Amino acid sequence: MMNSQTRRVGAAEVFEALQTLKHEGYNVLMDLTAIDWSAAGAQAPGARRFEVVYRLAKIDPDTGNDNGRVEVRCFVNDSSAELRSAARLWPIADWLEREVWDMFGIRFADRPGIKRLLLYESFEGHPLCKDYPIAKRQPLIGPAAGEPANNPSFNSAAPTVKYE
Amino acid sequence: MSRDRRTYMLNMGPQHPAMHGVIRLLLELEGERIVSTEVEIGYLHRAFEKHAESETWNNVVPWTDRLNYVSPLINNSGYCLAVEKLAGITIPERGQYLRVISSEISRVADHLTCVGASAMELGAFTVFLYLIKAREYLYQLIDELTGARVTTSYTRVGGVKADMPEGFPDNVRAAFQLVREAVADCDKLLTKNRIFMDRVDGTGVISRADALAFGITGPFLRSTGVPYDVRRAHPYLVYDRLDFEVPVGSKGDNFDRYLCRMAEIEQSMRIVEQCFAQIPAGKHSLEASEMKDAFVYQDMGKQGETALLKKYKAKVDQTLQGGQRGERADILTGDRTMVMPAKEDTYGSIEGLMNHFETVMWTWGIKVPPGEAYVAVEGGNGELGFHIVSTGSDRPYRVRCRPPCLNPMAALPQLLKGGWIADIVATFGSVNMIAGELDR
Repeated sequence: MMNSQTRRVGAAEVFEALQTLKHEGYNVLMDLTAIDWSAAGAQAPGARRFEVVYRLAKIDPDTGNDNGRVEVRCFVNDSSAELRSAARLWPIADWLEREVWDMFGIRFADRPGIKRLLLYESFEGHPLCKDYPIAKRQPLIGPAAGEPANNPSFNSAAPTVKYE
Repeated sequence: MSRDRRTYMLNMGPQHPAMHGVIRLLLELEGERIVSTEVEIGYLHRAFEKHAESETWNNVVPWTDRLNYVSPLINNSGYCLAVEKLAGITIPERGQYLRVISSEISRVADHLTCVGASAMELGAFTVFLYLIKAREYLYQLIDELTGARVTTSYTRVGGVKADMPEGFPDNVRAAFQLVREAVADCDKLLTKNRIFMDRVDGTGVISRADALAFGITGPFLRSTGVPYDVRRAHPYLVYDRLDFEVPVGSKGDNFDRYLCRMAEIEQSMRIVEQCFAQIPAGKHSLEASEMKDAFVYQDMGKQGETALLKKYKAKVDQTLQGGQRGERADILTGDRTMVMPAKEDTYGSIEGLMNHFETVMWTWGIKVPPGEAYVAVEGGNGELGFHIVSTGSDRPYRVRCRPPCLNPMAALPQLLKGGWIADIVATFGSVNMIAGELDR
């Protein structure tokens, strides 16, 4: 069964910690997710609201062995972009950070922009936050709500075409 | 608009059939060459992770069926293993073998679907029909075992809900014979087929380094030559006792991914056959006690004839959770706070009835000690991870599912860049995108 070590770092040092681990041979960012501790009461491990978890693996490309796993954990608040994006280290961090932003509203610094991954741009709130009620309704969007067809909520992918 | 425009946009999906109705690609094209791609996902988002927080521990299992709905049994096992790791439960050996058997049958079904569907999208409709017919034999086995074809919900925290029916190993061997024939036929139809090769050989290439940087696992990673398989790297259940190979490719193109999946079908069937040779005998075939219909049994209990009840077993459906007295101990942990009592106890004694209610009553159900656990299993597409957080209540505080097909989807723009529009179908098919797990 899989076991991993845990390393706790401050939000400001996350990027450096990840970079060091990458140099130590942790070549795969397996997962990046967050936990909202605001409803855990006395069981919350820290005073800050969110805990972000980076899950790294050391996979040998020749033998396929996994030579160890490490979880890098840090606490953040939701308001400011405290974490530096890991997309420079692993390209998959781009999508995983988008999901964390989408679901928890945690911002990341040092990346060009962030877009929701699973939900649409005009979605109100971040659903995996504990203060988001599970039965909450979202406003109607789209042409049926009288919005014009070029509304970003249903045409959110920014055109990447460059006209010369 | 200026006349010297070089590139144009094309919207592919979500309604395009090759996009399975759930993926939108925004393509920037120069003629038929792809300059850049933007992938939009989320069309099948069902709030699995949010919903899991409001369900009891066992009630999350049916939701895991809907993650990768082509191999739901692997999801069932993965989720329950994570909860069991946190609760410190080890399940009986027979239950572990049953989880492996069901997972591997599911993996064969998953690979058959992927190969069949992607071949169909490239025009090989015969292959699709052959392989879906083969999958049908496996679905019938799954139906026999779990009572459902797709929404299996087979595992419970602490074991599996029912033992296999009588004659199941023979049915599996017969079905595998038919699957092997279908796979051999499709191998003849595809592997040296010029039309197929032109579409898949050398398209959608990804390097080893890129595959690892994108965190890709499963057949997609193995096609680049990295033999990483969770069953090998972190053996769970009884995989360390089973002999199987991890097929790898070399070029990391669509053809290698096809070959990897075809080879893995055979390996999974070998695993199941070994399991039947190794699985410890269940009690239900040894103890010949008299069967009573469940309602007769219940009436005897109500009339106070409880002394006689020990002689009989209640005749209940094979797939009903709790099951019968003897076989239950082979497949479920003995911890009474974690699993339902046997149906004989529920029907025949007040203690059993109370025990039964305690496992299902609101806020009374099973409780998992506070803490966190991450368990990964080898899903159809790679490392399927469940990260579970408990605060000690009867329901999870947080459930995170690491979907294995998210990573190749994120790498898709890189795979498509510089290729032709026609390659999109071949490359996207080889990702085996399952929106249920991608969008959760």
